[in-house]
Amino acid sequence: MEPAVQLRGAVTLLGRFPALAGIDLDVAAGEIVLLRGPNGAGKTTLLRLCAGLLPLARGTGRVLGHDLADRAQVRALRRRVGLLGHATGLYDELTVADNVRFWGRAAGADPADIDAALAGCGLAGRLASVPVSALSAGQRRRTSLACLLARRPELWLLDEPHAGLDHDARDLVDDLVRRAVAAGATVVLASHDLDRAEALAERVVTIAGGTAGLADGPLPDAEAVALVP
Amino acid sequence: MFRDAGLVAGKDLRIELRTHVTLQQVLPFAVLVLILFGIALDPDRGVLTRASAGLFWVTVLFSALLAIQRAFTIEAADGGRDALRLSGLDPAGIFLGKAAAIAAQLLAVEAVLAVGVVVMYGTEVTGVPLLVATIGAATAGLAAAGTLYGVLAAGLRVKETLLPILLLPVLSPVLIGATKAFEAALGGVAADGWPWLGLLAVFALLYLTFGTLAFGTLLEES
Repeated sequence: MEPAVQLRGAVTLLGRFPALAGIDLDVAAGEIVLLRGPNGAGKTTLLRLCAGLLPLARGTGRVLGHDLADRAQVRALRRRVGLLGHATGLYDELTVADNVRFWGRAAGADPADIDAALAGCGLAGRLASVPVSALSAGQRRRTSLACLLARRPELWLLDEPHAGLDHDARDLVDDLVRRAVAAGATVVLASHDLDRAEALAERVVTIAGGTAGLADGPLPDAEAVALVP
Repeated sequence: MFRDAGLVAGKDLRIELRTHVTLQQVLPFAVLVLILFGIALDPDRGVLTRASAGLFWVTVLFSALLAIQRAFTIEAADGGRDALRLSGLDPAGIFLGKAAAIAAQLLAVEAVLAVGVVVMYGTEVTGVPLLVATIGAATAGLAAAGTLYGVLAAGLRVKETLLPILLLPVLSPVLIGATKAFEAALGGVAADGWPWLGLLAVFALLYLTFGTLAFGTLLEES
């Protein structure tokens, strides 16, 4: 089976400056991979590259079989990935349900998917009709997650998915991730909440200075990824 | 494409219904400009009546700038632009949807301004079909060009000040054509206005076509 993510010597651009120092990464379909590394190591940049939001400046990259160097293929890829980033992408003026409905319908979700996403993230009922501007940070995060869930992506790219959430909501994230993987999705997440993220992940990849290096995490099946000088 | 356009237009209009920015900010601004023109030119009511077409469209142009800025401000907040790029929505659909929402808001402003011009400036309407057709074509052109330059400016750091500088020169054919057609419809000979309406229709068609083709690239690159 073709890997969900396959990068070789990948370099991207942040503005006019190169980022990710020739990264190699393989993520198998159906796998949960944790990216870890210090702030500024390139975890978010790597997730955005995989989502097709940043250009592939050098090297090769295929995500869900789409060539990252081909603009038309990148557009097709974006329909199949869900990115939970630092920014939520929510419209403050609309309600929780309006937001989930809009982003879900944009991806072709039917009303049942949207209702399920709201319920799955604990946002059904009164909370669904609350404007996003009135939500706490954790509730915004859950709304953003519901938007992602409604899209039913094949590749989940989660940047600090546990940040700002209470204990129950963190459990909810983990449960959603496990259920998505059971349904055939692949998950790549970046997190500083290592205890929780490592319990969730099947493999750990360490990024230092924009290079995916030795996966030296505590998982027994940690896999070495080629270190690019 | 049209399904996506409907989705985006519906979302933008729902935001307007919730926030009333057009109703409570753009519309009062437009009426205020109309009143200020009236105060400035009132000593010679003949000048005011003769200039009413131009004053109407200059006011619409200023109001359009506010509506366009607003349309892209809501996308700039909290990563909205990236979310749109990832959404799977057809860029042409996003363009048409945003242009339709801007046009709907401008039409509401123009309806109030038209009444204001007749009541405050004492202007006589002699060609209603030409008036309505001019408003339709000019609004489509304003919204299409505005959406195109709006997304271009939205990616830049100085977007608030850059948009008027970029957009106003581009919209000068709309100002000229709409003013001439309005002059014919407001007390003039209606037949003189139809060629200007043709110019407005060509402008609108040009920018609708160009926007449909180029919006995706502008959304990515700017």
